[in-house]
Amino acid sequence: MSTPALTGATPAGLRLHPLRDSATMLRRNLRRMLRYPSMTVTLVGMPVVFLLLFVYVLGGTLGAGLSGAAQVGAAGGRAAYANYVTPAIILMTVTATVQGTAISIAMDMTEGIISRFRTMNIARVSVLTGHVLGSMIQAVFSLVAVIGVALLVGFRPTASPGAWLATAGFLAAVTFALVWLSVALGQVSGSVETASNLPMPLVLLPFLGSGFVPTDSMPAGLRWFAEYQPFTPIIETLRGLLTGGPIGNNAWISLAWCAAIALGGYLWSRRLFNREPAR
Amino acid sequence: MTSTQSRPAIAVTGLRKSFGDHVVLDGLDLHVPRGTVFSLLGANGAGKTTTVRILSTLVAADAGEVRVAGHDLAREPDAVRAAIGVTGQFSALDNLLTGEENLLLMADLHHLGRREGRRRTARLLEEFDLTEAARKPASTYSGGMRRRLDLAMTLVGSPQVIFLDEPTTGLDPRSRRNMWQLVRDLVAGGVTIFLTTQYLEEADELADRIAVLDHGRVVAEGTAEELKRRIPGGHVRLRFADPQGLDAAVRVLGQATPDHDALALRVPSDGSLRSLRTLIGRLDDGAVEVDELSVHTPDLDDVFLALTGDSSDGKVTTR
Repeated sequence: MSTPALTGATPAGLRLHPLRDSATMLRRNLRRMLRYPSMTVTLVGMPVVFLLLFVYVLGGTLGAGLSGAAQVGAAGGRAAYANYVTPAIILMTVTATVQGTAISIAMDMTEGIISRFRTMNIARVSVLTGHVLGSMIQAVFSLVAVIGVALLVGFRPTASPGAWLATAGFLAAVTFALVWLSVALGQVSGSVETASNLPMPLVLLPFLGSGFVPTDSMPAGLRWFAEYQPFTPIIETLRGLLTGGPIGNNAWISLAWCAAIALGGYLWSRRLFNREPAR
Repeated sequence: MTSTQSRPAIAVTGLRKSFGDHVVLDGLDLHVPRGTVFSLLGANGAGKTTTVRILSTLVAADAGEVRVAGHDLAREPDAVRAAIGVTGQFSALDNLLTGEENLLLMADLHHLGRREGRRRTARLLEEFDLTEAARKPASTYSGGMRRRLDLAMTLVGSPQVIFLDEPTTGLDPRSRRNMWQLVRDLVAGGVTIFLTTQYLEEADELADRIAVLDHGRVVAEGTAEELKRRIPGGHVRLRFADPQGLDAAVRVLGQATPDHDALALRVPSDGSLRSLRTLIGRLDDGAVEVDELSVHTPDLDDVFLALTGDSSDGKVTTR
């Protein structure tokens, strides 16, 4: 219907800029994190509290029970347990961060500004990628803080610089996958309260795996679940990279899980975002 | 260029939308010329907000053809989005950001560039009287300030067509008048405004054309004057000191409705000077003492109630 001159003139102005828009949305989200620091503090606080609890309250006894470790006395057990539990706490830091992602996505969805974004000629996915990138950056800060505390309470990694680098890359992949999953969970929840509860299983899964005690100490049914759920190979990979020990297939199994979770989370998120808003 | 000028800003034919069994829009036709203010007037639940949400690409229609700023809504939603601005009933701003940051965010999303973005933000803050509060978080703003910031954010992208969904609902009278002035300034600048409101006064003040929406249908359309003319109801009300005066007036005037309790008489009249002079002449000739005389012209309230059959609660009435 429109004249050729008009259609010829429009594309330049209509071209979408996903990278530029994502960077804008990232700036928005980082600014929001700075304005609302109590959330970040809570997100870092939880894994730190768990770390202290498990090392100082439970560590002496749990460390003594670690298989293959002929530990003498509670102090030796505690030192061994600090090394054992830190990978789980690191993973817990990631799950706490993505719980924050779900909450801030849900906060966004209940505010009118998302409707405004939807009526603007911007790359729609940038609303979500802004959150994803913001959470990734938040995760880096949280992980540095938590690993710092872990070192203070007796975590003694044996990793080489190369292994540290691999750890960083591996954690980035894990975070990326779980963040996309939370972006979907935050959208599907409909309210901030639901959004803070929905990712709870992610926080609990390290317990039902090799995070806090070896899986072979569990009863048969639970052990079967623990060995095949995605967090166990992730924790085993982290453990292998940081404190030495066999990694085996765990790295590849973990990365396959990450790819599946990231893709599923992304597709689910995109579908949820493109559905018609309720208000 | 000439074809662009003659094309309407908004053209809607046969627009339908249902949510489940509930029919919200039942074959809507609208035609809004460029550079005018068009007001969709209706009670709560008449379908005003749904119309805006469809025209602003938020929700898909079930049926009907819609062109906004010359672009087909279904086939070129991005082109429509590039041409429109929306300020809804619910404020669409980021509460954790300051007013200035909200505007700069819009400037970035419109790819204005750093300098142009800062320039436009400063100008809008000034125009909308928000300069003093520019560095405060939007969550601390009053209702009127939030609406102003909301509208300012809509204007960052210099839209051709602006949708204002009940822009003054919940505002105090002064903020409402401020908002009206802002809208008038915008129209003077050449943009097209699609305004929904439940306030007849607002439509009367601002709109070039008004469509009265009732149960998803346009029941009347025209200028405020045209709509008022469609409704009989202009009259002169006479009040008397005693029943004798009232009876005398009834004898003299004949075709009038007396109200014996209020000692008042309602005489049909178009309110013109000539008809008033005739009326007063007849009363004088009959030596009727009138205590008080008042002229009533139909206002949009009369029009609205007459056209929609008082469905202000949004319940279903028989058509």
